[in-house]
Amino acid sequence: MLSALLDWLLSFQIYLPIAEISISVPLLLALGGGVGFLSGLFGVGGGFLLTPLLIFIGIPPAVAVGTQSNQVVASSVSGVLVHWGRGNVDFMMGVALLIGGVFGSSIGIVIFSLLKHFGQIDVVIAISYVVTLGALGLLMLVESIQALRRVRRKAPPRKLHQHTWAHGLPFKFRFKKSRLYISALLPIAIGAMVGLMSAIMGVGGAFMLVPAMIYLLGMPTSVVIGTSLFQIIFVSGYVTILQSWQNHAVDILLSLLLTVGSVVGAQVGGRVGVRLPGEQLRFLLASLIVLMALLLLIELVRRPAELYAITTLGGLH
Amino acid sequence: MRPAAAKSIVADIDHHLIAITTDFSGEEVLIFGAVDQPGDVVMSLWGPLTQVQVHRKERVAGIWINRDMVTFGDVPGFYGIAASRPLADILSPGVLEQYRLGVGHLQIKTLSADSNTLQSVNDYQEALLQQREKASLYAEKAGRVNFIGDTLFRANLRLPSTVPTGKFLIEVYLVRDGQIIDAQTIPLVISKVGFGADIYRFANRHGFAYGVVALVLSLALGWLAHLIFRRR
Repeated sequence: MLSALLDWLLSFQIYLPIAEISISVPLLLALGGGVGFLSGLFGVGGGFLLTPLLIFIGIPPAVAVGTQSNQVVASSVSGVLVHWGRGNVDFMMGVALLIGGVFGSSIGIVIFSLLKHFGQIDVVIAISYVVTLGALGLLMLVESIQALRRVRRKAPPRKLHQHTWAHGLPFKFRFKKSRLYISALLPIAIGAMVGLMSAIMGVGGAFMLVPAMIYLLGMPTSVVIGTSLFQIIFVSGYVTILQSWQNHAVDILLSLLLTVGSVVGAQVGGRVGVRLPGEQLRFLLASLIVLMALLLLIELVRRPAELYAITTLGGLH
Repeated sequence: MRPAAAKSIVADIDHHLIAITTDFSGEEVLIFGAVDQPGDVVMSLWGPLTQVQVHRKERVAGIWINRDMVTFGDVPGFYGIAASRPLADILSPGVLEQYRLGVGHLQIKTLSADSNTLQSVNDYQEALLQQREKASLYAEKAGRVNFIGDTLFRANLRLPSTVPTGKFLIEVYLVRDGQIIDAQTIPLVISKVGFGADIYRFANRHGFAYGVVALVLSLALGWLAHLIFRRR
């Protein structure tokens, strides 16, 4: 009875014009909704979960990455408007990150095109995920366990940030909202690195940007999410246009279905998230990231089911 | 017009154009016809010919990556056969090869191969055929030819949802006593039409404008979502 209902639901197929496959509409809505729920819960874009899942259900990796950039724009816009209303966006910092982001993602798109040409894009996408998710997930896991212990011992929180060599760099700038006086080169460099990775991985990059802003720049947590969302809109929007232009890899229909699912899911997730304590949320998110990295790593090192990869050239009408 | 009686076999298809629309999930093509005297009917549906790259995965530093590559030409995107009886019972291997009938008899060309793949080009081709068969893109039993009485026949050929677009050819053969007596070819076009096709064409011809539209659409959607959920 239940499986018959499920079959009936899954039978609503739609042909995705750019991905060039038929796929179940409810499946895409559920996927968007599920990832949206998690992103609302944790306050991250969720692209790092959605892109591998899209590849898993049969969307060509290049199209999954390209489309995801477009979907990130929609979810970031609805997110940033909330933070804007609360005055939690540091525009100066956002612009500095953005300058780096545009530079980094431009290079990322060129690398993406080259790798696609040489038939290596799939493995590079997978390795990028394993390395970034693995490193970040482990760092967050350690940090959140320490935070959980601190909460238990009721110890005072650490100092906002330590002064390092980076504070000796030129082009010092006052970022008022972030209460920082640092070199503009620092956010530009961070923006460039995140932009490069997000173009290749098809993610907004919040999961890289947010920790970098907190731990490397020492920004107060209150403005971090709003500011990262602000810059992600522009970088992802820019990547969307480049991906459409250079790689024809953005599927509007796919993006639309995922967005509808994810905005609804994000609202539900956001409401649930408010009721959970921050340290435990961070621990859960870190565990999820590490798990994802592990699964992808296993895929990379396990002997593949198909030893031969087939790419059809041309023949487009 | 040539009178039908001059030929031993006549056949046609219900639609010469198959439209891939947004709800396309594969299609059964109906081919029907008549023969002058009882016999067997074999037909192949194939097209369009493209180039295909086949990479072999190898383990490098513990990770499986694409290594050596062979490029093949004249590879059909779809190749399906339907027959009134099992192929091997109707025609001898020699005749099958002569008429290039069967997945094993496709005339695939090797266009380029890395120096260290020259020895194993056959493995690459075999892998290509196997994967296409697995995806139902190559099928020696894509359908069956059924006779209605002695001279009328009809066949249903199944095309999967992943069938490529382009120009196809249906070759219909009349077989008697292990010999091909007569043949007819029917053209078939599979193309994207409607909304999906418009999107595809727009995306490929005006990539930049398409990107701007995609961006504006998602900006609007994000803003809309904000408006809807803020009111609650």
